[in-house]
Amino acid sequence: MAAGVSQLGKDAIKAKGWLKAHQWLLLRRTSQFGILFLFLLGPWFGVWIVQGNLVSSMTLDVLPLTDPYVLLQTLLSGHLPETIAVTGVVIVVVFYLLAGGRVYCSWVCPVNVITDTAEWLRYKLGIKNAQTLSRRTRYLVLGMTLILAAVTGSLAWELISPVTIVQRALIFGVGYAWVMMLGIFLFDLLVSRRGWSGHLCPVGAFYSVLGSCSLLRVSAAARDKCDDCMECFAICPEPQVITPALKGANKNIGPMIKDSNCTNCGRCIDICSKNVFRFDQRFNTYVAQQHQAGLTSKVGEGL
Amino acid sequence: MAQSSNARRKFLVDIARTAGGVALFGLGLGLYSRQSRSLPAQALRPPGALDEADFTGACIRCGLCVRDCPYDTLKLANIGEAVALGTPYFDARAVPCEMCEDIPCVKACPTGALYHQLEKIDDARMGLAVIVDQESCIAFQGLRCEVCFNICPVRGKAITLDMQHNARTGKHALFIPVVHSDACTGCGKCEHGCILDEAAIKVLPLQLARGELGKHYRLGWDEKRKAGGSLVTPDQQHQYNLPEGMRYEYEGEGLIAPENETPFSDNPLDTLNKGFDK
Repeated sequence: MAAGVSQLGKDAIKAKGWLKAHQWLLLRRTSQFGILFLFLLGPWFGVWIVQGNLVSSMTLDVLPLTDPYVLLQTLLSGHLPETIAVTGVVIVVVFYLLAGGRVYCSWVCPVNVITDTAEWLRYKLGIKNAQTLSRRTRYLVLGMTLILAAVTGSLAWELISPVTIVQRALIFGVGYAWVMMLGIFLFDLLVSRRGWSGHLCPVGAFYSVLGSCSLLRVSAAARDKCDDCMECFAICPEPQVITPALKGANKNIGPMIKDSNCTNCGRCIDICSKNVFRFDQRFNTYVAQQHQAGLTSKVGEGL
Repeated sequence: MAQSSNARRKFLVDIARTAGGVALFGLGLGLYSRQSRSLPAQALRPPGALDEADFTGACIRCGLCVRDCPYDTLKLANIGEAVALGTPYFDARAVPCEMCEDIPCVKACPTGALYHQLEKIDDARMGLAVIVDQESCIAFQGLRCEVCFNICPVRGKAITLDMQHNARTGKHALFIPVVHSDACTGCGKCEHGCILDEAAIKVLPLQLARGELGKHYRLGWDEKRKAGGSLVTPDQQHQYNLPEGMRYEYEGEGLIAPENETPFSDNPLDTLNKGFDK
């Protein structure tokens, strides 16, 4: 059953063509690099569309965007921010409530490109090791960073946060931050599989909490077509989120991937040669499809 | 039953171990964050920056102030620099603050780590200029320089020239620059302009540059002025034992004899018998 995994993606390319089998990956990379490029248009070419960085930015002098996780640390440190930052946070929060919290990880954060590359190389080189961190660790790290802000009265985490360091370095000048990038890369490659983004990063943990009720979801809508090739589990950065949706038909669990750690990256959609997955909104109940498929699973799961 | 209790134990041990590790890491980071608050003396915060302790909590390291600085004065601290990572600062000797009237850096700050109520740049207190080395400042050697005085954007108020006697030549003046904290914004133009290889005037953070008189201290003359009179004992009219009819002027020519009058009578005996009852 795991025969396909050794040739990850071959079946999908054969069934759908290369472009279709990399559709969401290409869109994600376009999004990630596009956002960076917008920030760099100013310093590189003098075209100031977006100023600031991913923590807080101002687009075309009208659209403020502020990272809710960093601003929460500021609040806990005892500082009441100006209205502009609060406005920026509200806009960002509304977006992620609609698009999915961890869309930040897979569509925005440049560190994701580093960790994805490490994962890809790990696969190509056949590196396997059993260093397993608990995926719960990130929530403990998240809690620690918030407590630290309250206790020290400063943004202590931001002194070493690899995510903001890498983002800032790419936009404001790399300096020694390449050490940090290399560190994350090597950690994910050699120490712990998907160690940073999937186990430790408090930013991802924050966004998964933020987006736990978000609207846009991946759905294993056509799960009855699943042929157990396991490729989606192999490619997924958070494979534990797939199981209930894909394999829950006989446990009366709906096909919507509702786990807040799903990053909406769409890799499962790309890799599936049977087109089991698709993007959907979480309240879709699949009445029609369930009947078509002749399944008896409970409907109305999302309501 | 035994199996589930084992699993439960393993779960608890795992989570305790992870939490312990994370807590230990947090402790180290907390200590490091205290250390990172010690801003190096040559690193100045942008205008309107809150006190360093508040600033490190309020600044979210977005760099919007850096982007809005038209003179590329501000920069974000990178890895390996002594300033708290990602926070804005400037080095006056390299690029001083040009004191824009509209203060774009403060306006750009989304959190108010740069105080938005700062409306006039003259009210900014980024630091305080201090003549740190009188031995090398050429004004103290009696040479004419006055670059810091002339380059100061708050000219004639933040730095004045104090003329003093030049004891070396005996006939020239020293033009000594004196910084006034009530007007100095700490922009750093003086430090930047100082003609020495290593500036003799430097802008230091306020807490380093300023002394503070003990709270219990009272300056007698201030208290007297405030109260409108001496608070201890009534001032005694000073008695001078001057020759009859004479005055003394402290700031004038000194002893003044009454005009057209001489204390001496035409009869020398009167002088000799002065003081004796007639």
